[in-house]
Amino acid sequence: MDGQINKHDERFIQYNKKKHLVQNIMFGIFRLFSYGIAAVLFCILGFILIKGFHTISWEFITEAPADGMTKGGIWPAIVGTCCLMLGSAIFAFPVGVVSGIYMNEYAPKGKLVNFIRMMTNNLAGIPSIVFGLFGMAFFVNYMGFGDSIIAGSLTLGLLALPIVIRTTEEAFKDIPNSFREGSLALGATKAQTIWKVLLPSAMPRVITGLILSLGRVSGETAPILFTCAAYFLPQLPKSVFDQCMALPYHLYVVATSGTDIEAQLPIAYGTAFVLIVIVLIMNLTANFIRRFFVKKTR
Amino acid sequence: MKKIIDKIARYVFTLSGFTTSVVILLIIGFLFSEAVGLFKNPIVEDGYVLALNKENPVEKLSAQQIKELFDEEITNWKEINGRDLPVETFRLEDLTKYYSEEELGAEYEYAGDKLGEIIRRTPGIVAFVPKMLIEGQQDVYLVPDHTIPVGDVLGGTEWFPTATPSPIFGILPLVSGTLWVSFFAILIALPFGLAISIYMSEIAHPKVHKVLKPIIELLNGIPSVVYGFFGLAVIVPLLQQTFNLPVGESGLAGSIVLAIMALPTIITVAEDAMRSCPQTMREASLALGASQWQTIYKVVVPFSISGITSGVVLGIGRAVGETMAVLMVTGNAAVIPSSILEPLRTIPATIAAELGEAPAGGAHYQSLFLLGVILFFITLFINLCVEVVSSRNKFQK
Repeated sequence: MDGQINKHDERFIQYNKKKHLVQNIMFGIFRLFSYGIAAVLFCILGFILIKGFHTISWEFITEAPADGMTKGGIWPAIVGTCCLMLGSAIFAFPVGVVSGIYMNEYAPKGKLVNFIRMMTNNLAGIPSIVFGLFGMAFFVNYMGFGDSIIAGSLTLGLLALPIVIRTTEEAFKDIPNSFREGSLALGATKAQTIWKVLLPSAMPRVITGLILSLGRVSGETAPILFTCAAYFLPQLPKSVFDQCMALPYHLYVVATSGTDIEAQLPIAYGTAFVLIVIVLIMNLTANFIRRFFVKKTR
Repeated sequence: MKKIIDKIARYVFTLSGFTTSVVILLIIGFLFSEAVGLFKNPIVEDGYVLALNKENPVEKLSAQQIKELFDEEITNWKEINGRDLPVETFRLEDLTKYYSEEELGAEYEYAGDKLGEIIRRTPGIVAFVPKMLIEGQQDVYLVPDHTIPVGDVLGGTEWFPTATPSPIFGILPLVSGTLWVSFFAILIALPFGLAISIYMSEIAHPKVHKVLKPIIELLNGIPSVVYGFFGLAVIVPLLQQTFNLPVGESGLAGSIVLAIMALPTIITVAEDAMRSCPQTMREASLALGASQWQTIYKVVVPFSISGITSGVVLGIGRAVGETMAVLMVTGNAAVIPSSILEPLRTIPATIAAELGEAPAGGAHYQSLFLLGVILFFITLFINLCVEVVSSRNKFQK
């Protein structure tokens, strides 16, 4: 009898050992993979930042490209990207925030909201090149804007729209109902409640979403290929109906085409450097605002 | 006053609430109206016609046959049910070889007659000439033209949009290129994505999680053109060396870059899904003596499987639609790939590479819009899948 129990115990111990061995192996693999992805990010960032750092200088930032893009700087591209970010923000922010509020505050709950949400999700899932095609057919040809900053900004704005709507909707969803009821009980109208009570308390998260969408817009190439981006323009755009250069498109051009790819390589690294720095700044700011806000509410 | 503002606000909000729906409808409308035009185009370039000698019994020519005739892949008419005659191709430029400029007239006024003469005296000729010049000529057989057939486009295995006299718009190489690259990208990304999301939601110390989370977000934020550049500068030469390839730009390079780009999507969605698994279920499993690993793969993963699936599907969506990175690293050869180590070309990359050169309103331009429509429907289908999967998840809870 005793022997049997011992045998059983032994088997149990064996089984436990095996169980833990398997667990340790699996967890080890998972940990390895997770550190691996961090390593991949640092590889990409490090590679571009280190190689690009040599190119970065005051002249590189403030001068126009020269000598068939083998010398000079990227100032027109930086200005162009800023114009596009600003333009898309002017379009996407009001529309996106307002329709996010509509979905949460006005729309009757149920099928309608689900339908709009589905449409928004679909819009978010459409590949950027399809936006480019649409921008070309609609803004450039149909509306007659031609290749211009305004056509590019509107196309990019459409791309940013779902991100803005989603974050706004989520920010408003998390506001406790007592806020709304308190304001309405004091005799405020719905519009006043939204403007004076809900919007201020949702603001930090809405702004986070806006910044993230700007970060996305700054790096998009495909939508502006045929709506706005110019291969090379020595002067800065003068009106919204001018073409402009843009950082991501410039990087694409410098990396893949041109007269002397070898000589263009430092320029490409420098451009990638600036792009990455913009994205980093956007992400850090968004994170900072989010953290600040979380601390404040605690 | 207050009430009026309230009413106006209500209208404004309602109006903008439907923006996204309107935009989607507009996108569908515009892409479609351009794409459908492709099937109204004649096979041979507009304003031109193919002329044969009267004695040649061949009556009809398909786009494929025309291309092969002019590429000199078909050298004898008997290959396409004609008589045993060698093929002689003729383009308008060749006219000056036969006649001097004086004979053709100062403003080419005799060009039509001379063309007719050449065609009448050469039995094996196939001439690609402007309709205007040839129409009045006697004893010349003009190949009747018809519009581009839908089947040739959807089932065609060759993509030569700029070939003259008849461009060929077979989309299969592009579709298979897209699926091929995305499939391998997901194959690479899946184990990593699952492992990392499990690690982040179940195993990682909160401090580690706090570091990893922004890293994943940053990975998501890096512009695709930077990924493409990185791929071009690092991955492509690396692959070329490891596999001894003639060119490093290959489907595999695209897949690797796409895998890195799809990872953040997969990880974020899958991690959220696993986090939503109730703590009580984990505790119950652990209390029964299961190890943490057993709990994860027998309890947590099955519980959140629909969330994990939608993460993977979203990752596929991202991979299918990605343009710039793929354009830069896959080598852009429009052939049906036989191995992942060959250059290939995806739908988005084709649009990006060719739309700039395609004259607006032409058949090539319209064919690119057709590709856009196909891409749109692929992603729409993917999104609807996610919708269905995630709504089933809600039901489960």
